[in-house]
Amino acid sequence: MLVLEKNAMTEEIELLVKKHGNSRSALLPILQDIQRKHKHIPDFAQQEVARLLDIHPVEVFSVISFYAFLNTNPKGRNIVRLCQTITCDLAGKANVAKAIERELGIKFGETTKDNRITLEYVNCLGMCDQGPALLVNERVHPKVSPEKAIQILNEIK
Amino acid sequence: MEKLKREGAVIFSPYTKGDAIKKAVSIKREDILFELRESKLKGRGGAGFPTATKWTLVAAAAADEKYVVCNADEGEPGTFKDRVLMLEYPELVFDGMVIAGYVIGAKLGIVYLRGEYEYMLKSLEDYLEMMRKENLLGKNIAGKEGFDFDIAIRLGSGAYVCGEETALIESLEGNRGEARNRPPYPVNTGFMGKPTTVNNVETFAAVSHIVLKGGVWYCKHGTDKSTGSKLFSVSGDCEKPGVYELPWGTKISELLELVGAKNTKAVQVGGASGFCIPKTQFDRALGYEDAATGGSIMIFNESRNMLHVLKNFMEFFVEESCGQCTPCRIGNVKLLEGVEMIEKNEYTFGYMTKLKELGKTMQVASKCGLGQSSPNSFLSILENFKEEIFNNGGNHGK
Repeated sequence: MLVLEKNAMTEEIELLVKKHGNSRSALLPILQDIQRKHKHIPDFAQQEVARLLDIHPVEVFSVISFYAFLNTNPKGRNIVRLCQTITCDLAGKANVAKAIERELGIKFGETTKDNRITLEYVNCLGMCDQGPALLVNERVHPKVSPEKAIQILNEIK
Repeated sequence: MEKLKREGAVIFSPYTKGDAIKKAVSIKREDILFELRESKLKGRGGAGFPTATKWTLVAAAAADEKYVVCNADEGEPGTFKDRVLMLEYPELVFDGMVIAGYVIGAKLGIVYLRGEYEYMLKSLEDYLEMMRKENLLGKNIAGKEGFDFDIAIRLGSGAYVCGEETALIESLEGNRGEARNRPPYPVNTGFMGKPTTVNNVETFAAVSHIVLKGGVWYCKHGTDKSTGSKLFSVSGDCEKPGVYELPWGTKISELLELVGAKNTKAVQVGGASGFCIPKTQFDRALGYEDAATGGSIMIFNESRNMLHVLKNFMEFFVEESCGQCTPCRIGNVKLLEGVEMIEKNEYTFGYMTKLKELGKTMQVASKCGLGQSSPNSFLSILENFKEEIFNNGGNHGK
Protein backbone atom coordinates (compact mmCIF):
# COMPACT_ATOMS: atom_id res chain seq x y z
CA MET A 1 0.00 0.00 0.00
CA LEU A 2 1.21 3.48 -0.85
CA VAL A 3 1.56 6.04 1.94
CA LEU A 4 -1.21 8.10 0.35
CA GLU A 5 -3.54 5.09 0.30
CA LYS A 6 -2.64 4.32 3.90
CA ASN A 7 -3.45 7.86 4.97
CA ALA A 8 -6.77 7.72 3.16
CA MET A 9 -7.59 4.41 4.80
CA THR A 10 -6.70 5.73 8.26
CA GLU A 11 -8.89 8.76 7.70
CA GLU A 12 -11.75 6.58 6.56
CA ILE A 13 -11.50 4.30 9.58
CA GLU A 14 -11.32 7.28 11.95
CA LEU A 15 -14.61 8.48 10.48
CA LEU A 16 -16.15 5.03 10.93
CA VAL A 17 -15.01 4.94 14.56
CA LYS A 18 -16.61 8.34 15.05
CA LYS A 19 -19.84 7.01 13.53
CA HIS A 20 -20.04 3.67 15.38
CA GLY A 21 -18.09 4.47 18.55
CA ASN A 22 -14.84 2.97 19.81
CA SER A 23 -16.26 0.19 21.96
CA ARG A 24 -15.63 -3.46 21.13
CA SER A 25 -19.25 -3.92 20.08
CA ALA A 26 -18.66 -1.41 17.28
CA LEU A 27 -16.12 -3.77 15.69
CA LEU A 28 -18.54 -5.67 13.46
CA PRO A 29 -20.34 -2.60 12.02
CA ILE A 30 -16.96 -0.97 11.29
CA LEU A 31 -15.66 -4.09 9.54
CA GLN A 32 -18.91 -4.42 7.59
CA ASP A 33 -18.59 -0.85 6.32
CA ILE A 34 -14.99 -1.42 5.21
CA GLN A 35 -16.00 -4.69 3.55
CA ARG A 36 -18.92 -3.05 1.72
CA LYS A 37 -16.67 -0.37 0.25
CA HIS A 38 -13.46 -2.27 -0.48
CA LYS A 39 -14.88 -5.81 -0.87
CA HIS A 40 -12.22 -7.00 1.55
CA ILE A 41 -10.46 -5.88 4.73
CA PRO A 42 -6.74 -5.40 4.03
CA ASP A 43 -4.04 -6.01 6.65
CA PHE A 44 -3.41 -2.34 7.15
CA ALA A 45 -7.10 -1.65 7.79
CA GLN A 46 -7.16 -4.45 10.38
CA GLN A 47 -4.22 -2.88 12.20
CA GLU A 48 -5.81 0.55 12.16
CA VAL A 49 -9.14 -0.74 13.44
CA ALA A 50 -7.29 -2.58 16.21
CA ARG A 51 -5.31 0.56 17.14
CA LEU A 52 -8.39 2.78 17.27
CA LEU A 53 -10.50 0.28 19.25
CA ASP A 54 -7.54 -0.51 21.48
CA ILE A 55 -7.60 -4.26 20.89
CA HIS A 56 -5.00 -6.65 19.47
CA PRO A 57 -4.92 -6.96 15.66
CA VAL A 58 -5.24 -10.73 15.96
CA GLU A 59 -8.64 -10.20 17.59
CA VAL A 60 -9.76 -8.30 14.52
CA PHE A 61 -8.45 -11.04 12.24
CA SER A 62 -10.14 -13.69 14.37
CA VAL A 63 -13.52 -11.98 13.98
CA ILE A 64 -13.09 -11.53 10.22
CA SER A 65 -12.16 -15.17 9.75
CA PHE A 66 -15.32 -16.29 11.56
CA TYR A 67 -17.90 -14.62 9.34
CA ALA A 68 -18.62 -15.80 5.82
CA PHE A 69 -19.32 -12.30 4.50
CA LEU A 70 -16.02 -10.80 5.73
CA ASN A 71 -12.72 -11.59 4.06
CA THR A 72 -9.09 -10.48 4.06
CA ASN A 73 -8.23 -11.36 0.46
CA PRO A 74 -9.28 -9.02 -2.35
CA LYS A 75 -12.42 -9.99 -4.25
CA GLY A 76 -14.07 -8.69 -7.37
CA ARG A 77 -16.04 -5.44 -7.52
CA ASN A 78 -19.27 -7.44 -7.32
CA ILE A 79 -19.88 -10.57 -5.29
CA VAL A 80 -22.43 -12.95 -6.78
CA ARG A 81 -23.71 -15.62 -4.43
CA LEU A 82 -25.88 -18.57 -5.44
CA CYS A 83 -27.92 -20.33 -2.78
CA GLN A 84 -26.89 -23.99 -2.50
CA THR A 85 -29.33 -25.14 0.19
CA ILE A 86 -31.85 -27.86 -0.45
CA THR A 87 -34.95 -26.17 -1.89
CA CYS A 88 -32.90 -24.00 -4.26
CA ASP A 89 -30.92 -27.14 -5.07
CA LEU A 90 -34.10 -29.05 -5.96
CA ALA A 91 -35.38 -26.06 -7.94
CA GLY A 92 -32.47 -26.31 -10.34
CA LYS A 93 -29.46 -24.62 -8.76
CA ALA A 94 -27.01 -26.90 -10.57
CA ASN A 95 -28.15 -25.78 -14.03
CA VAL A 96 -27.91 -22.12 -13.06
CA ALA A 97 -24.44 -22.71 -11.64
CA LYS A 98 -23.24 -24.43 -14.80
CA ALA A 99 -24.62 -21.69 -17.02
CA ILE A 100 -22.92 -18.99 -14.97
CA GLU A 101 -19.60 -20.86 -14.93
CA ARG A 102 -19.72 -21.35 -18.71
CA GLU A 103 -20.61 -17.75 -19.39
CA LEU A 104 -17.96 -16.20 -17.14
CA GLY A 105 -15.33 -18.87 -17.78
CA ILE A 106 -14.57 -19.24 -14.06
CA LYS A 107 -15.55 -21.68 -11.34
CA PHE A 108 -17.33 -20.90 -8.07
CA GLY A 109 -14.85 -19.46 -5.59
CA GLU A 110 -12.98 -17.61 -8.34
CA THR A 111 -12.91 -14.03 -9.62
CA THR A 112 -13.08 -12.94 -13.25
CA LYS A 113 -9.81 -11.62 -14.75
CA ASP A 114 -11.26 -8.13 -15.18
CA ASN A 115 -12.06 -8.15 -11.46
CA ARG A 116 -15.73 -7.61 -12.20
CA ILE A 117 -17.33 -10.60 -10.48
CA THR A 118 -16.50 -13.04 -7.70
CA LEU A 119 -18.62 -16.19 -7.70
CA GLU A 120 -19.53 -17.89 -4.45
CA TYR A 121 -21.98 -20.36 -3.03
CA VAL A 122 -24.00 -19.32 0.00
CA ASN A 123 -26.20 -21.17 2.48
CA CYS A 124 -29.96 -20.57 2.68
CA LEU A 125 -30.90 -17.02 1.66
CA GLY A 126 -34.44 -17.31 3.01
CA MET A 127 -35.96 -17.37 -0.47
CA CYS A 128 -36.92 -21.05 -0.36
CA ASP A 129 -40.40 -20.38 -1.75
CA GLN A 130 -38.91 -18.66 -4.80
CA GLY A 131 -35.76 -20.60 -5.61
CA PRO A 132 -33.21 -20.72 -7.04
CA ALA A 133 -32.10 -17.47 -5.44
CA LEU A 134 -29.14 -15.33 -6.44
CA LEU A 135 -27.65 -12.62 -4.22
CA VAL A 136 -25.81 -9.90 -6.16
CA ASN A 137 -23.95 -7.76 -3.60
CA GLU A 138 -26.88 -7.11 -1.24
CA ARG A 139 -29.71 -7.43 -3.75
CA VAL A 140 -31.60 -10.71 -3.97
CA HIS A 141 -33.02 -12.14 -7.20
CA PRO A 142 -35.70 -14.83 -6.87
CA LYS A 143 -36.56 -17.62 -9.34
CA VAL A 144 -33.48 -17.31 -11.53
CA SER A 145 -33.33 -19.52 -14.60
CA PRO A 146 -30.01 -20.03 -16.38
CA GLU A 147 -31.06 -17.41 -18.94
CA LYS A 148 -32.23 -14.88 -16.35
CA ALA A 149 -29.03 -15.39 -14.34
CA ILE A 150 -26.86 -14.46 -17.32
CA GLN A 151 -29.06 -11.44 -17.99
CA ILE A 152 -28.57 -10.29 -14.39
CA LEU A 153 -24.81 -10.82 -14.61
CA ASN A 154 -24.59 -8.88 -17.87
CA GLU A 155 -26.13 -5.85 -16.20
CA ILE A 156 -23.45 -5.73 -13.51
CA LYS A 157 -20.84 -3.08 -14.11
CA MET B 1 -41.02 -8.14 -3.63
CA GLU B 2 -44.38 -9.82 -3.37
CA LYS B 3 -47.13 -7.89 -1.59
CA LEU B 4 -49.91 -10.34 -0.98
CA LYS B 5 -53.06 -9.83 0.95
CA ARG B 6 -52.52 -12.32 3.71
CA GLU B 7 -55.15 -13.77 5.99
CA GLY B 8 -54.78 -15.43 9.33
CA ALA B 9 -56.36 -15.76 12.75
CA VAL B 10 -53.73 -13.97 14.84
CA ILE B 11 -50.60 -12.54 13.25
CA PHE B 12 -52.22 -11.68 9.93
CA SER B 13 -55.41 -10.34 11.53
CA PRO B 14 -56.04 -6.59 11.11
CA TYR B 15 -53.75 -4.33 13.13
CA THR B 16 -53.12 -0.59 13.13
CA LYS B 17 -49.59 0.52 13.90
CA GLY B 18 -48.99 1.81 17.41
CA ASP B 19 -52.28 0.53 18.86
CA ALA B 20 -50.65 -2.08 21.07
CA ILE B 21 -48.07 0.42 22.35
CA LYS B 22 -50.77 2.94 23.26
CA LYS B 23 -52.73 0.31 25.13
CA ALA B 24 -49.62 -1.11 26.82
CA VAL B 25 -48.47 2.20 28.32
CA SER B 26 -51.95 2.83 29.70
CA ILE B 27 -51.90 -0.34 31.83
CA LYS B 28 -49.54 -1.76 34.43
CA ARG B 29 -46.53 -3.90 33.56
CA GLU B 30 -47.84 -6.73 35.73
CA ASP B 31 -51.08 -6.77 33.76
CA ILE B 32 -49.23 -7.24 30.47
CA LEU B 33 -47.23 -10.09 31.97
CA PHE B 34 -50.47 -11.57 33.26
CA GLU B 35 -52.04 -11.52 29.79
CA LEU B 36 -48.90 -13.10 28.31
CA ARG B 37 -49.00 -15.83 30.92
CA GLU B 38 -52.66 -16.43 30.15
CA SER B 39 -51.86 -16.67 26.45
CA LYS B 40 -49.21 -19.37 27.12
CA LEU B 41 -47.21 -17.91 24.26
CA LYS B 42 -44.01 -19.87 23.64
CA GLY B 43 -40.89 -18.71 21.80
CA ARG B 44 -41.47 -18.91 18.07
CA GLY B 45 -37.87 -19.53 17.09
CA GLY B 46 -38.32 -23.23 17.69
CA ALA B 47 -37.09 -23.88 21.22
CA GLY B 48 -40.47 -22.97 22.68
CA PHE B 49 -39.52 -21.27 25.96
CA PRO B 50 -42.54 -19.50 27.54
CA THR B 51 -42.25 -15.80 26.71
CA ALA B 52 -43.98 -14.63 29.91
CA THR B 53 -41.44 -16.53 32.05
CA LYS B 54 -38.52 -15.03 30.14
CA TRP B 55 -39.83 -11.48 30.46
CA THR B 56 -40.71 -11.94 34.14
CA LEU B 57 -37.14 -13.07 34.85
CA VAL B 58 -35.63 -10.08 33.03
CA ALA B 59 -38.13 -7.68 34.61
CA ALA B 60 -37.24 -9.03 38.06
CA ALA B 61 -33.46 -8.85 37.53
CA ALA B 62 -31.87 -5.87 39.24
CA ALA B 63 -29.64 -3.89 36.90
CA ASP B 64 -29.07 -0.33 35.76
CA GLU B 65 -29.44 -1.29 32.12
CA LYS B 66 -31.43 -3.97 30.31
CA TYR B 67 -31.79 -4.85 26.67
CA VAL B 68 -34.40 -6.17 24.27
CA VAL B 69 -32.96 -8.15 21.36
CA CYS B 70 -34.96 -9.22 18.34
CA ASN B 71 -33.51 -12.33 16.75
CA ALA B 72 -33.94 -11.77 13.02
CA ASP B 73 -31.03 -14.04 12.13
CA GLU B 74 -33.33 -16.41 10.34
CA GLY B 75 -30.85 -18.92 8.94
CA GLU B 76 -32.61 -22.25 9.20
CA PRO B 77 -32.94 -23.77 5.72
CA GLY B 78 -36.56 -23.56 4.62
CA THR B 79 -37.51 -20.68 6.93
CA PHE B 80 -38.54 -17.31 5.54
CA LYS B 81 -41.44 -16.16 7.73
CA ASP B 82 -39.28 -13.47 9.35
CA ARG B 83 -38.49 -12.08 5.92
CA VAL B 84 -42.23 -11.64 5.31
CA LEU B 85 -42.84 -10.18 8.77
CA MET B 86 -40.00 -7.67 8.55
CA LEU B 87 -40.89 -6.59 5.03
CA GLU B 88 -44.68 -6.52 5.25
CA TYR B 89 -45.51 -6.26 8.96
CA PRO B 90 -42.71 -4.23 10.60
CA GLU B 91 -45.34 -2.50 12.78
CA LEU B 92 -46.12 -5.76 14.59
CA VAL B 93 -42.47 -6.58 15.26
CA PHE B 94 -41.34 -3.12 16.38
CA ASP B 95 -44.45 -2.50 18.50
CA GLY B 96 -43.80 -5.83 20.21
CA MET B 97 -40.23 -4.75 20.95
CA VAL B 98 -41.37 -1.44 22.44
CA ILE B 99 -43.82 -3.33 24.66
CA ALA B 100 -40.98 -5.64 25.76
CA GLY B 101 -38.93 -2.56 26.60
CA TYR B 102 -41.80 -1.19 28.67
CA VAL B 103 -42.37 -4.46 30.53
CA ILE B 104 -38.76 -5.25 31.42
CA GLY B 105 -37.59 -1.65 31.82
CA ALA B 106 -35.13 -1.43 28.94
CA LYS B 107 -34.02 1.69 27.11
CA LEU B 108 -32.61 0.07 24.01
CA GLY B 109 -33.81 -2.62 21.63
CA ILE B 110 -31.52 -4.18 19.05
CA VAL B 111 -32.64 -6.00 15.92
CA TYR B 112 -30.02 -8.52 14.81
CA LEU B 113 -30.80 -8.78 11.12
CA ARG B 114 -28.99 -11.47 9.16
CA GLY B 115 -26.47 -10.17 6.64
CA GLU B 116 -28.34 -11.85 3.78
CA TYR B 117 -31.30 -9.52 4.49
CA GLU B 118 -29.28 -6.33 4.07
CA TYR B 119 -31.65 -5.28 1.27
CA MET B 120 -34.34 -4.66 3.92
CA LEU B 121 -32.18 -2.31 5.95
CA LYS B 122 -33.22 0.92 4.22
CA SER B 123 -36.96 0.34 4.51
CA LEU B 124 -36.65 -0.74 8.15
CA GLU B 125 -34.54 2.31 9.05
CA ASP B 126 -37.14 4.51 7.33
CA TYR B 127 -39.90 2.84 9.29
CA LEU B 128 -38.06 3.41 12.59
CA GLU B 129 -37.58 7.07 11.67
CA MET B 130 -41.31 7.37 11.11
CA MET B 131 -41.99 5.79 14.51
CA ARG B 132 -39.69 8.36 16.11
CA LYS B 133 -41.62 11.17 14.44
CA GLU B 134 -44.92 9.76 15.69
CA ASN B 135 -43.59 9.42 19.23
CA LEU B 136 -43.75 5.62 19.15
CA LEU B 137 -40.01 5.63 19.81
CA GLY B 138 -37.80 8.07 21.66
CA LYS B 139 -38.66 9.95 24.84
CA ASN B 140 -41.94 9.69 26.77
CA ILE B 141 -43.38 7.25 24.25
CA ALA B 142 -47.10 7.65 23.49
CA GLY B 143 -47.30 10.28 26.22
CA LYS B 144 -46.08 7.93 28.97
CA GLU B 145 -43.94 10.04 31.27
CA GLY B 146 -40.49 8.52 31.79
CA PHE B 147 -40.75 5.73 29.24
CA ASP B 148 -37.83 6.16 26.84
CA PHE B 149 -36.97 3.48 24.31
CA ASP B 150 -35.23 3.30 20.97
CA ILE B 151 -34.44 0.57 18.47
CA ALA B 152 -31.20 0.02 16.57
CA ILE B 153 -30.60 -2.43 13.74
CA ARG B 154 -27.40 -4.45 13.58
CA LEU B 155 -26.43 -6.66 10.67
CA GLY B 156 -25.02 -10.15 10.86
CA SER B 157 -22.36 -11.31 8.45
CA GLY B 158 -23.37 -14.73 7.26
CA ALA B 159 -23.11 -17.10 10.21
CA TYR B 160 -25.95 -19.57 10.86
CA VAL B 161 -24.83 -20.21 14.43
CA CYS B 162 -25.53 -16.57 15.36
CA GLY B 163 -29.22 -17.51 15.49
CA GLU B 164 -28.39 -19.20 18.79
CA GLU B 165 -29.09 -16.53 21.40
CA THR B 166 -25.76 -16.53 23.24
CA ALA B 167 -23.81 -16.65 19.96
CA LEU B 168 -25.94 -13.74 18.76
CA ILE B 169 -25.01 -11.75 21.86
CA GLU B 170 -21.32 -12.56 21.35
CA SER B 171 -21.67 -11.26 17.80
CA LEU B 172 -23.38 -8.07 19.00
CA GLU B 173 -20.50 -7.52 21.40
CA GLY B 174 -18.04 -7.66 18.51
CA ASN B 175 -16.75 -11.17 18.99
CA ARG B 176 -16.75 -14.39 17.02
CA GLY B 177 -20.26 -15.79 17.11
CA GLU B 178 -19.46 -18.71 19.39
CA ALA B 179 -22.12 -19.92 21.80
CA ARG B 180 -21.54 -19.36 25.51
CA ASN B 181 -21.93 -21.83 28.32
CA ARG B 182 -25.40 -21.71 29.82
CA PRO B 183 -26.09 -20.94 32.65
CA PRO B 184 -25.75 -18.05 33.20
CA TYR B 185 -28.65 -17.33 30.86
CA PRO B 186 -29.06 -14.06 28.96
CA VAL B 187 -31.98 -13.14 31.24
CA ASN B 188 -29.31 -12.43 33.89
CA THR B 189 -26.10 -12.01 31.95
CA GLY B 190 -26.81 -11.05 28.37
CA PHE B 191 -25.65 -8.23 26.12
CA MET B 192 -22.78 -6.38 27.85
CA GLY B 193 -23.36 -8.62 30.87
CA LYS B 194 -26.77 -7.02 31.47
CA PRO B 195 -30.16 -8.75 31.67
CA THR B 196 -31.37 -9.27 28.12
CA THR B 197 -34.42 -10.81 26.55
CA VAL B 198 -33.78 -12.38 23.15
CA ASN B 199 -36.97 -13.17 21.26
CA ASN B 200 -37.87 -14.30 17.79
CA VAL B 201 -39.39 -11.87 15.27
CA GLU B 202 -42.65 -13.80 15.27
CA THR B 203 -42.85 -13.79 19.09
CA PHE B 204 -42.80 -9.98 19.13
CA ALA B 205 -45.47 -9.91 16.42
CA ALA B 206 -47.69 -12.21 18.49
CA VAL B 207 -47.17 -10.06 21.60
CA SER B 208 -48.57 -6.99 19.85
CA HIS B 209 -51.81 -8.83 19.15
CA ILE B 210 -52.02 -10.41 22.62
CA VAL B 211 -51.62 -7.06 24.38
CA LEU B 212 -54.44 -5.64 22.28
CA LYS B 213 -56.86 -8.56 22.39
CA GLY B 214 -55.93 -10.47 25.54
CA GLY B 215 -54.55 -13.86 26.46
CA VAL B 216 -57.91 -15.59 26.57
CA TRP B 217 -58.61 -14.62 22.97
CA TYR B 218 -55.20 -16.00 21.97
CA CYS B 219 -55.89 -19.33 23.70
CA LYS B 220 -58.98 -19.84 21.56
CA HIS B 221 -56.64 -20.75 18.73
CA GLY B 222 -54.46 -23.84 18.66
CA THR B 223 -54.35 -26.69 21.18
CA ASP B 224 -54.06 -26.88 24.97
CA LYS B 225 -50.28 -27.06 25.12
CA SER B 226 -49.60 -25.16 21.91
CA THR B 227 -51.79 -22.12 22.01
CA GLY B 228 -52.30 -19.65 19.21
CA SER B 229 -51.19 -19.87 15.65
CA LYS B 230 -47.91 -20.34 13.87
CA LEU B 231 -46.43 -19.03 10.66
CA PHE B 232 -45.27 -21.88 8.48
CA SER B 233 -42.73 -21.34 5.73
CA VAL B 234 -43.71 -23.89 3.12
CA SER B 235 -41.30 -24.71 0.30
CA GLY B 236 -40.34 -27.60 -1.95
CA ASP B 237 -42.58 -29.71 -4.14
CA CYS B 238 -45.98 -28.03 -3.97
CA GLU B 239 -48.10 -25.72 -6.10
CA LYS B 240 -48.36 -22.84 -3.66
CA PRO B 241 -45.20 -22.37 -1.59
CA GLY B 242 -45.16 -19.41 0.79
CA VAL B 243 -45.95 -18.31 4.32
CA TYR B 244 -49.14 -19.66 5.89
CA GLU B 245 -50.64 -18.83 9.25
CA LEU B 246 -52.30 -21.91 10.70
CA PRO B 247 -53.45 -22.81 14.20
CA TRP B 248 -51.22 -25.22 16.10
CA GLY B 249 -52.53 -28.75 15.91
CA THR B 250 -52.98 -28.68 12.15
CA LYS B 251 -52.21 -32.11 10.71
CA ILE B 252 -49.39 -32.42 8.20
CA SER B 253 -51.81 -33.98 5.70
CA GLU B 254 -54.14 -30.97 6.01
CA LEU B 255 -51.27 -28.60 5.38
CA LEU B 256 -50.15 -30.60 2.35
CA GLU B 257 -53.62 -30.37 0.87
CA LEU B 258 -53.79 -26.63 1.50
CA VAL B 259 -50.55 -25.91 -0.35
CA GLY B 260 -51.33 -28.25 -3.23
CA ALA B 261 -48.65 -30.89 -2.69
CA LYS B 262 -49.04 -34.06 -4.73
CA ASN B 263 -47.22 -37.42 -4.63
CA THR B 264 -45.51 -36.36 -1.44
CA LYS B 265 -42.94 -38.79 -0.13
CA ALA B 266 -41.54 -36.92 2.84
CA VAL B 267 -41.89 -33.70 4.80
CA GLN B 268 -38.94 -32.15 6.59
CA VAL B 269 -40.34 -30.37 9.63
CA GLY B 270 -38.15 -27.81 11.39
CA GLY B 271 -35.53 -27.23 8.72
CA ALA B 272 -32.19 -28.98 8.35
CA SER B 273 -32.02 -29.38 12.12
CA GLY B 274 -35.53 -30.84 12.26
CA PHE B 275 -37.00 -34.24 11.49
CA CYS B 276 -37.96 -35.95 8.27
CA ILE B 277 -41.45 -37.39 8.41
CA PRO B 278 -42.46 -40.19 5.98
CA LYS B 279 -45.84 -40.67 4.30
CA THR B 280 -47.02 -43.12 6.95
CA GLN B 281 -46.90 -40.41 9.64
CA PHE B 282 -48.66 -37.57 7.81
CA ASP B 283 -51.51 -37.67 10.35
CA ARG B 284 -49.18 -36.19 12.97
CA ALA B 285 -50.10 -32.76 14.27
CA LEU B 286 -47.84 -29.71 14.18
CA GLY B 287 -47.31 -28.45 17.73
CA TYR B 288 -44.93 -28.49 20.65
CA GLU B 289 -46.39 -31.80 21.88
CA ASP B 290 -45.92 -33.69 18.61
CA ALA B 291 -44.07 -32.34 15.57
CA ALA B 292 -42.42 -29.20 16.96
CA THR B 293 -41.04 -26.67 14.51
CA GLY B 294 -39.78 -23.13 14.14
CA GLY B 295 -41.96 -22.98 11.05
CA SER B 296 -39.95 -24.63 8.29
CA ILE B 297 -41.85 -27.16 6.18
CA MET B 298 -40.00 -28.62 3.21
CA ILE B 299 -41.89 -30.98 0.95
CA PHE B 300 -40.27 -33.73 -1.12
CA ASN B 301 -42.20 -35.68 -3.74
CA GLU B 302 -41.70 -39.25 -4.98
CA SER B 303 -39.07 -38.24 -7.53
CA ARG B 304 -36.62 -36.97 -4.90
CA ASN B 305 -33.62 -38.89 -3.68
CA MET B 306 -33.59 -38.72 0.12
CA LEU B 307 -29.88 -39.51 0.31
CA HIS B 308 -29.21 -36.44 -1.82
CA VAL B 309 -31.38 -34.37 0.54
CA LEU B 310 -29.50 -35.71 3.56
CA LYS B 311 -26.14 -35.00 1.95
CA ASN B 312 -27.19 -31.39 1.32
CA PHE B 313 -28.17 -31.00 5.00
CA MET B 314 -24.91 -32.49 6.26
CA GLU B 315 -22.83 -30.30 3.95
CA PHE B 316 -24.70 -27.35 5.42
CA PHE B 317 -23.83 -28.32 8.99
CA VAL B 318 -20.19 -29.04 8.20
CA GLU B 319 -19.92 -25.50 6.81
CA GLU B 320 -21.90 -23.80 9.55
CA SER B 321 -20.50 -25.55 12.63
CA CYS B 322 -18.57 -22.85 14.47
CA GLY B 323 -15.94 -25.38 15.47
CA GLN B 324 -15.53 -24.54 19.12
CA CYS B 325 -16.76 -27.88 20.52
CA THR B 326 -15.53 -31.26 19.32
CA PRO B 327 -18.76 -33.29 19.01
CA CYS B 328 -20.17 -30.81 16.50
CA ARG B 329 -16.95 -29.94 14.65
CA ILE B 330 -15.82 -33.54 14.09
CA GLY B 331 -19.20 -35.26 14.34
CA ASN B 332 -20.81 -33.49 11.41
CA VAL B 333 -17.81 -34.25 9.19
CA LYS B 334 -18.03 -37.94 10.12
CA LEU B 335 -21.76 -38.07 9.42
CA LEU B 336 -21.22 -36.44 6.02
CA GLU B 337 -18.49 -38.97 5.23
CA GLY B 338 -20.95 -41.70 6.17
CA VAL B 339 -23.49 -40.34 3.69
CA GLU B 340 -20.82 -40.26 0.99
CA MET B 341 -19.92 -43.87 1.78
CA ILE B 342 -23.54 -44.90 1.20
CA GLU B 343 -23.58 -42.92 -2.02
CA LYS B 344 -20.56 -44.84 -3.30
CA ASN B 345 -21.76 -48.15 -1.87
CA GLU B 346 -18.70 -48.38 0.34
CA TYR B 347 -20.46 -48.69 3.68
CA THR B 348 -20.90 -51.46 6.23
CA PHE B 349 -23.97 -51.76 8.43
CA GLY B 350 -21.66 -52.05 11.44
CA TYR B 351 -20.17 -48.65 10.73
CA MET B 352 -23.60 -47.13 10.12
CA THR B 353 -24.69 -48.32 13.56
CA LYS B 354 -21.60 -46.61 15.00
CA LEU B 355 -22.49 -43.39 13.18
CA LYS B 356 -26.00 -43.47 14.60
CA GLU B 357 -24.49 -43.81 18.07
CA LEU B 358 -22.22 -40.88 17.26
CA GLY B 359 -25.28 -38.87 16.27
CA LYS B 360 -26.93 -39.60 19.59
CA THR B 361 -23.72 -38.61 21.40
CA MET B 362 -23.69 -35.30 19.52
CA GLN B 363 -27.26 -34.64 20.65
CA VAL B 364 -26.21 -34.71 24.29
CA ALA B 365 -22.57 -33.63 24.18
CA SER B 366 -22.61 -30.60 21.88
CA LYS B 367 -22.41 -27.18 23.46
CA CYS B 368 -25.24 -25.42 21.66
CA GLY B 369 -28.38 -26.14 19.71
CA LEU B 370 -26.55 -26.47 16.40
CA GLY B 371 -24.63 -29.62 17.29
CA GLN B 372 -27.46 -30.93 19.45
CA SER B 373 -29.89 -30.86 16.55
CA SER B 374 -27.70 -31.40 13.47
CA PRO B 375 -27.83 -35.24 13.74
CA ASN B 376 -31.67 -35.16 13.74
CA SER B 377 -32.04 -35.29 9.98
CA PHE B 378 -29.29 -37.93 9.68
CA LEU B 379 -30.98 -40.18 12.22
CA SER B 380 -34.54 -39.66 10.99
CA ILE B 381 -33.79 -40.01 7.27
CA LEU B 382 -31.71 -43.16 7.71
CA GLU B 383 -34.43 -44.63 9.94
CA ASN B 384 -37.50 -43.63 7.94
CA PHE B 385 -36.11 -44.22 4.46
CA LYS B 386 -33.83 -47.22 5.02
CA GLU B 387 -35.70 -49.20 2.36
CA GLU B 388 -34.91 -46.60 -0.28
CA ILE B 389 -31.38 -45.92 0.90
CA PHE B 390 -30.05 -49.40 1.66
CA ASN B 391 -32.28 -51.90 -0.12
CA ASN B 392 -32.60 -50.67 -3.67
CA GLY B 393 -29.54 -52.42 -5.03
CA GLY B 394 -27.31 -49.44 -4.54
CA ASN B 395 -29.22 -47.41 -7.07
CA HIS B 396 -29.05 -43.91 -5.71
CA GLY B 397 -30.01 -42.37 -9.07
CA LYS B 398 -31.85 -39.08 -9.13
